[in-house]
Amino acid sequence: MAVGVSPRTASWLQATPFALIMTALVIVPLGIIVVVSFMDYGFAEIIPEFFIGNWTDIFKSTLTLDLYETVLRHIVIVWAITLVLGFTVAYYLLFHVRSNFWRAIFLTACVVPFWTSGVVRSVSWVPLLGREGLVNQALMGMGFIQQPISWLLYSEFSVLLVYVNMLTLAMLGPIANSMAKISPSVIQAARDQGATEWQTIVEVIIPLIKPGIVVGTIFVVTAVMGDGFIVKSMSGNQVNTPAGAIMNEINALQYPPAAAKSVLMLVIVLLFVGTLLRFVDIRKELAR
Amino acid sequence: MSETESKGISRRSLLKGAAATAGAAVGSGFVGGFPTIWAQNIKDVTITHVGSIYTTNPTVAAQAAKDLGFKVEMQTLDQTTQINRMLTQPTSIDVTDFGNTAMGYFKGKDLIMAIPVKEYKWWDKTVPLFTQGTYADGKPYSMQGYAPIKSQFWTDANATDYSLTPTDYIVGIPVMYNADTLGVRPDLVGRPITSWKELLSPDFTGKTALQDGVNVGVPDAAMALEANGDLTYVDKGNMTREEIDKTIDKLIEYKKAGQFRSFWTNFDQSVQLMASGEVVLQSMFAPAVTEVRTRGIPCVFQALDEGARGWYIFQMAMKHLDSGDKLRRDCVMEYMNWSNSGFNGAYFSRQGFYSSVPDNVKPLMTDNEYGYWYEGKAATADIIDPFGKVMEKAGAVRDGGALWDRMGKIAIWNTLMDEDRYLVRRWQDFISA
Repeated sequence: MAVGVSPRTASWLQATPFALIMTALVIVPLGIIVVVSFMDYGFAEIIPEFFIGNWTDIFKSTLTLDLYETVLRHIVIVWAITLVLGFTVAYYLLFHVRSNFWRAIFLTACVVPFWTSGVVRSVSWVPLLGREGLVNQALMGMGFIQQPISWLLYSEFSVLLVYVNMLTLAMLGPIANSMAKISPSVIQAARDQGATEWQTIVEVIIPLIKPGIVVGTIFVVTAVMGDGFIVKSMSGNQVNTPAGAIMNEINALQYPPAAAKSVLMLVIVLLFVGTLLRFVDIRKELAR
Repeated sequence: MSETESKGISRRSLLKGAAATAGAAVGSGFVGGFPTIWAQNIKDVTITHVGSIYTTNPTVAAQAAKDLGFKVEMQTLDQTTQINRMLTQPTSIDVTDFGNTAMGYFKGKDLIMAIPVKEYKWWDKTVPLFTQGTYADGKPYSMQGYAPIKSQFWTDANATDYSLTPTDYIVGIPVMYNADTLGVRPDLVGRPITSWKELLSPDFTGKTALQDGVNVGVPDAAMALEANGDLTYVDKGNMTREEIDKTIDKLIEYKKAGQFRSFWTNFDQSVQLMASGEVVLQSMFAPAVTEVRTRGIPCVFQALDEGARGWYIFQMAMKHLDSGDKLRRDCVMEYMNWSNSGFNGAYFSRQGFYSSVPDNVKPLMTDNEYGYWYEGKAATADIIDPFGKVMEKAGAVRDGGALWDRMGKIAIWNTLMDEDRYLVRRWQDFISA
């Protein structure tokens, strides 16, 4: 085998296919998006002349602030709720459900809603949350309210509700994965030392599942940041987010401002993920 | 150009007979002037028609193949994807169709063929909305928005700019058109609706909806704002920046006060909003109103004092056909002539759209059907939609009456404004507000 290829050359050769794929499918397209963001545009056409207006609009208008204020609010709320829900469910499944059979049943139950298509799920919220929907009928029937509540649907509330519904599993999965790696003897040791369940959670389990939380956080944050579909359909096009704004411009065939907004979003997401990864070495943790 | 003329021989019979007579034609030059490419068997030809959900369907494609002897492949795309495909892979499309909201994109793009009027068979029988820029009675219609005459003619064979007066080259053949107003739930509004201003009425706060977008939703909103006395416009269908600012600012006020329940992006959403009672009046398309009604829920398309919002769909041939395979170009022209020859028109007329050549549609519909859809007559028997569902019971009369009662009072046309770039930008502010 050894035909005079130095180890150095060998590693270069090994890295080449992936490098080529990354360059052709990621770096070059991104480069094009960056270039287009500095171009002018007309009706369904990109005018190849240098134009800074797409960027000045981003940094000078209040629109950008509005969009990111909205999406950050969504991220914080959805992250907090999915973290609590995801942790609680995962903890119960791994440390309280004794039988593997029931654990499998419960995990499947978490996944079942995702067996239907996204379109069907988004449509089926209307008979549930609408003015004449089940929730309003139930609340009125029980005498809690006299008039139907209209903010259950086509509002920021319904957007957040669907995010939580969709993304709890994205948080639950990585957390459960990390929890499964905790050796029962560690928990046993904590108990033997007289730790309460709460102390075990705070001082033993949470430090050990940090990588799971980080991975779940990355899933949730990037999903909310990149979503334009749910926010549009569940708010009745009345809530705008950075991704929704990009979709609006693409639908109007106005690519340069959409490109500029995409570059900005990419930078923000990369900064965020990069910062998170400084705190937890995912590669090392996952290899355990 | 002259070689494409088939003097004295009908194009259809020629094409149909082409396969059979091919050998003789090539050998003897019997069909004078036609190149040898005619020798190919038209059975091997497949033309690709990419269009909207309203204009492409398997029933019509199958009938076209049967009548024409070559294959018509229909593909359905949304408008944005369709335009992208035309721009990036123009030769993958032969025939395309668009409504007035897209016509502004094709000037100077070298994408769409200039069709010589004389190659289109039904021009003389086409309603004057397209040929003259007038209603049937010769009166000119509103020029607010992208009126039909604004995108019907190329200035010349180069097909770069539109002409406001008739020329020898048409941009596309007009296929269908209609007048949209507000869809209303008569059981829930509780009083007669006669004006666009009701969209903004405090009586219906939180119960109205608009189409989401600058080409239909904004014109509808402008109709309502003007009717309500909030704003006046020079041309609601082509606003100045100042008018756009005022419109968006006013709409933001209404939005913040909770006037709108939702902004819908597609047909199904508009049906759902209405059928579920979330919304009691909203801008709507005709087939959506009928869809609500076929579910047994009362819904009417209300004629309004200020007039309606008009739209149309053109079927167009791609420019690459002019410099490509001549047989293909001839087949495309043959197909386009077929499109308005009756079957297709009768098919979509039963969904509530109007054909640009009503004379060709009439023989293919029953007197009852034509009377109900086109003449404003009470149905003498049940009205059945193209899918076999009962749409209206005997005795029903179409909302708004006969063709020219409904189509004869257009206040604004679906549009693509010159200041589209600014409008889309301000629309973002509106959604964010």
